[in-house]
Amino acid sequence: MTITQTITKPAAPDERVVKRNPLQKLLGRPEVGALVGAIVLFVFFASISQTFTQPNALATILYGSSTIGIMAVGVSLLMIGGEFDLSTGVAVISSALTASMFSWYFSMNVWVGVALALVVSVGIGYINGWILMKTKLPSFIVTLATFLMLTGLNLGLTRMIGGGVSSPSISTMDGYASAQAVFSSSVNIGGVDVKNTVFIWIALVAVASWVLLRTKVGNWIFAVGGDANAARAVGVPVKATKIGLFMAVGFCGWILGMHNLFAFDAVQSGQGVGNEFLYIIAAVIGGCLLTGGYGSAVGGAIGAFIFGMANKGIVYAEWNPDWFKFFLGLMLLLATIVNLIVKRRADSSK
Amino acid sequence: MNAKQIDQQQLLKDEKDPLTHTPVHLLSLENVGKHYGNIVALTDVTMAVDNGRVTCVLGDNGAGKSTLIKIIAGLHQHDEGVLHIMGEERKFGSPRDALDAGIATVYQDLAVVPLMPIWRNFFLGSELTSGFGPFKSMDVQKMKDITKKELADMGIDLRDVEQPIGQLSGGERQCVAIARAVYFGAKVLILDEPTAALGVKQSGVVLRYILQARDRGLGVIFITHNPHHAFPVGDRFLLLKRGKSIGYYDKKDITLDELTAQMAGGAELAELAHELEQLGGHGDIVKEVQAEVAEAASAGTPTQLRA
Repeated sequence: MTITQTITKPAAPDERVVKRNPLQKLLGRPEVGALVGAIVLFVFFASISQTFTQPNALATILYGSSTIGIMAVGVSLLMIGGEFDLSTGVAVISSALTASMFSWYFSMNVWVGVALALVVSVGIGYINGWILMKTKLPSFIVTLATFLMLTGLNLGLTRMIGGGVSSPSISTMDGYASAQAVFSSSVNIGGVDVKNTVFIWIALVAVASWVLLRTKVGNWIFAVGGDANAARAVGVPVKATKIGLFMAVGFCGWILGMHNLFAFDAVQSGQGVGNEFLYIIAAVIGGCLLTGGYGSAVGGAIGAFIFGMANKGIVYAEWNPDWFKFFLGLMLLLATIVNLIVKRRADSSK
Repeated sequence: MNAKQIDQQQLLKDEKDPLTHTPVHLLSLENVGKHYGNIVALTDVTMAVDNGRVTCVLGDNGAGKSTLIKIIAGLHQHDEGVLHIMGEERKFGSPRDALDAGIATVYQDLAVVPLMPIWRNFFLGSELTSGFGPFKSMDVQKMKDITKKELADMGIDLRDVEQPIGQLSGGERQCVAIARAVYFGAKVLILDEPTAALGVKQSGVVLRYILQARDRGLGVIFITHNPHHAFPVGDRFLLLKRGKSIGYYDKKDITLDELTAQMAGGAELAELAHELEQLGGHGDIVKEVQAEVAEAASAGTPTQLRA
């Protein structure tokens, strides 16, 4: 988009502007490091494993990527807005548990539980954001506290209400089939079953990119992450923007939580711990600056795709999955270094 | 010898060509004070701003200049006195309130987000949108065009409005911030130490923009600690020291030397000269300071009158 605009710009040429070729322009984008990494990784796995490039395998990789990517959308936006959320991993499970336990305990239509879960998920985001804005503590501390509390609540309430470590099966309840169709179904494309979370993921990335680049809220997100004081001084509602970002993360968590619930029919109350880092890693690999103010939603999506490829690629390459975490760490390191180099080079080539 | 301090009512009658026909100031402060806990940051400050006039606020570090503009800009609320906008008593709850009342501030740190492109910074907080409801999107092309045009009108020839504002020089960023305030219809423009971090030439450029903003009919509040920058552009001068007003003068009643003497405080300069001499300071500098002391003494210290 930027490229066409530059071409159509009627402005008189300025001798101080060396015309940047489209490649240089592309290199200036936040997600370019991740894109290079994704291509390298794809070629690598495709060359050592025959099955990796099969349509079925690709569908599986995309599905794996989408379960990270849906959250990475919200987490990327939040990171651009200058904040962290460590409670996302367990908040996803809290959402799923809320929906299933509520519907089961009161024997209600599953959709009532789903609606309540949405309120709870967005509410957790609101509370995170509100405490952060009130106390001005670092988001690391506030959301770490939320993470611990939610972990305890998930385990404690599930045992208190359901008497176990897993929520009871809700597969026979009213509304289960329709909810499953919405949150966990497959679409057959050319003989390959593709999970619908892949499409939800792509839609979320598209909406998030549009908001970020083409709406004033997007402008505010960059501003509150880049310099919150400056943003406040020119009249940007900093508090509302940041709280809204936490709520958006909550919304993404709700979608993933509902998928987790309806992909099976029950949820383990101890799940989700550690996943928050995967979302943050996806965002960072995708070029979102840890300090805020820079990044893209597409970058987070590419980060999630790298994660999905590494995760499944190791299986297809018939390696021991023990190596996965090492691989992930290496990817994180390489991607961030590439991002750094590319960003410096792009800036200095102006 | 005795510089006459401004009497508020008198001033309006005395103006040769009052731009405003209303008997009220665009903005005025009366006996405004502010304290943070038990620390008194500002007491009993009175000043006025009118259309097409530059009011300079002078003072050394810690004199209360920043506190004063934070009150006018809505970042802090005053505890004592009254703030009038067009004759109406106001107390701003947030910078947004102040902006809505037509008060735009160009801060020392410029309130720009370095990583964001110039055009995004220019319109930050006041983005142009098209479409309706939840599908409102920014009119990016228009915003870029306006940014380019407005900056060109101010005589700033920018390379590319898409480049991050952090790559501009201090003077250029200052000018972007001023152009932004002028474009968004500010009636009062507050400039917080705009020349503090700039070289001689860049300072001159910024001073010219101050006059340009004044000629467009804005009321300008120019905060500085440099009387040499304030005197050529200012119409009125408010001197602050340790949170108190130590003088409020009209340009016709004061000279640059008097202003400088007032700012530095003759006694303090004499003490400095003495100290430098004792320390075996550089002869030239000591002489220079002594000369200034002598000058200050001959200019005299204008008598204080209550505004």
